Amino acid sequence: MLTITTAHYLVLAAILFSLSVAGIFINRKNVILLLMCIELMLLAVNFNFIAFSRMLNDTLGQVFVFFILTVAAAEAAIGLAILVVLFRNTRSINVEELDRLKG
Amino acid sequence: MIAGLLFYAFAAILLVAALGVITTRNPVHSALFLVLAFVQSAALWLLIEAEFLAIALVLVYVGAVMVLFLFVVMMLDINIEELRKGFTRYLPLGVAVALIVVVEIGHVIWFRSQGLAFITTPTPTPEGYSNTRELGAVLYTQHVYAFEIAAVMLLLAIVAAITLTMRQRRGLKVQNVSRQVAVRREDRVRIVKVETSTER
Repeated sequence: MLTITTAHYLVLAAILFSLSVAGIFINRKNVILLLMCIELMLLAVNFNFIAFSRMLNDTLGQVFVFFILTVAAAEAAIGLAILVVLFRNTRSINVEELDRLKG
Repeated sequence: MIAGLLFYAFAAILLVAALGVITTRNPVHSALFLVLAFVQSAALWLLIEAEFLAIALVLVYVGAVMVLFLFVVMMLDINIEELRKGFTRYLPLGVAVALIVVVEIGHVIWFRSQGLAFITTPTPTPEGYSNTRELGAVLYTQHVYAFEIAAVMLLLAIVAAITLTMRQRRGLKVQNVSRQVAVRREDRVRIVKVETSTER
């Protein structure tokens, strides 16, 4: 019970991932919380990569996590910049009001 | 034994923090819970001996990305009550989807892999082993192109964020340096011949 196997990490990542999926369903009006839930999802995926990398004794998984961290940082920066511009234009971050591109 | 207890402690705090992220009313509290979740994940990654990534997670996420999140959350003047209206309406759907995902993945991981030898405890690395050195050895040789593309992508993120949020105010008085430098003597100085008068 107290020996930690790779499966423990995988189950933890699965619970974390599904919590963030639930978060996207629950907070579907608030763009900031959607971005945070995406960050949590990426974290859960990183857990899987690291667990398998350690299990197989292959550093490629950790290299992948490194690149995922890079991409996630860039994504957060650009997403927040878009959010700031959006708030400046509409005075709101409610997803339901963002229907200006409707054809 | 101790590592197992630590795993359960960190995992419990991580899940509580993740629950806090998705359920608190205030986005600032959500961001702070997310910081807690990242710190706990870094501790878990230390437990599984991925030291470099644990430190990178703390430095990059807690140090940079979450501070950016907090800045943006605090700068925007958000009407929280308006955004919370659909909370209870979509709660059952969210919980149902989360449960389905957990049960499916958990079933695959726990029950389908019981007979397999591959779900084992990772072998501990020998003393004197450097995770950072190991990662650097492959990152700068085999994956150097991906590394450079990642660098370019960070540059792209900087440029995109700055161009998106840069604001030109109307009626702002600024110097046009190139015009100032390119000015010629003829544009500025006018020599006027003034006749001296001799009358008295």
